[in-house]
Amino acid sequence: MRAFLILLRRELALAWGNGGGPLLALAFYACVVTLLPLAAGRAPERLASLAPGIAWLALALAALLSLERLFERDFEDGALDLLALGPAPLEAVAVAKCLAHWLAAGAPLALAAPVAALALGAPSSIIPLLIPCALAGGLAFSFLGGLGASLALGSKRGGLLVAVIVLPLYVPPVIFGAGALDALAGGLPWTGGLFLLLAYSTAAVALGPIAMAAACRNALD
Amino acid sequence: MLRAIRIKDLSLVRGERRLFSGLDLEISAGDAVALTGRNGAGKTSLLRAVAGLLRPAQGTVGFEGEAGPLEAEVARADALHLVGHHDGLKSTRSAWDELLFQTLWTGGTEASARAAATKLDLDRLLGLEIRRLSAGQRRRVALARLLASPRALWLLDEPMAPLDAGHREGFGGLMAQHLAGGGMVLAAVHDPLPVPCRVVEIGG
Repeated sequence: MRAFLILLRRELALAWGNGGGPLLALAFYACVVTLLPLAAGRAPERLASLAPGIAWLALALAALLSLERLFERDFEDGALDLLALGPAPLEAVAVAKCLAHWLAAGAPLALAAPVAALALGAPSSIIPLLIPCALAGGLAFSFLGGLGASLALGSKRGGLLVAVIVLPLYVPPVIFGAGALDALAGGLPWTGGLFLLLAYSTAAVALGPIAMAAACRNALD
Repeated sequence: MLRAIRIKDLSLVRGERRLFSGLDLEISAGDAVALTGRNGAGKTSLLRAVAGLLRPAQGTVGFEGEAGPLEAEVARADALHLVGHHDGLKSTRSAWDELLFQTLWTGGTEASARAAATKLDLDRLLGLEIRRLSAGQRRRVALARLLASPRALWLLDEPMAPLDAGHREGFGGLMAQHLAGGGMVLAAVHDPLPVPCRVVEIGG
């Protein structure tokens, strides 16, 4: 546990220090919110209906921004050897890395999501649901993205590979989350979507690290 | 405490190529072994196989403690250091941040990291970012964890290649102390090690 916290602190410092972290997330949202009305036209009712979906889309894409290098940096500079030989199993290393990514990028994005949705004219009634959805969804995005990043280790054009691996895995949480928000806005039962999203995130957090550790071992071999 | 390593009938294969086969090597407390051989002979791969990062095609690497054989996973997790030719340091972090992380991660303390930095003449460099350091200075930061968190077996890959003459001598002294305390060194080298050692040629 002590080793896990030591690693988590380092990963957070790295995510924070390399131009990532909350500022990147906020800048990303600012771009989306500013550019969308210009691209999609000014009709307020159209923007309002797009808003929850856009918040989701931005969340998924922002997660991909910084995930590609999650393991690659450590693999290239030899730090992954050190992490593999440390007191914590590689599974725990993977959890620490993905958790740090979520804390540095996913969680700030989730907290900024309501602001972005409101700015685009979404009904304020969806905000209480948007935050938990975005937090849970972001967690799934971080862990699944980490899986993609670990599988792409050591390959050239890893970024392309990550996007291809991760895309189908990102589909269910987007459907569940956006579905729940849509249902709430339309006055329909929405708990089903939320629970499916939570279940999916839980599965990603539980199973992702096992796959990531195996992929890292394979890359080191 | 790790007392001996027994490598039996080890064969390593990388891709389609057999690096070496049938290697037997025993290292016991206080021994230093220098691995020599041409480039690409498999010295680095042997170090990584001992560390458990590479799966051997054949043969075993056994670890022995005072009370008999140790489980390999346990021995690797707390009885060996691997310093490869990549230093494993993040270029944007300060030398102290990186040294402290590596020390704590391998089981040392903040005080031991300070002491190790002093022994390797790093005190003036600790506030600098890693990317501002020269190759030799970076290597010394990487080597500092050997002292900061004491472990019995040092697996070193060209440890002294970037070091200047003065620091080579200094590190030789630290290696001698490690051996005198019952430690073991397995190093891939092209220049002779500055301590009395056995030379094993790989892939000859």
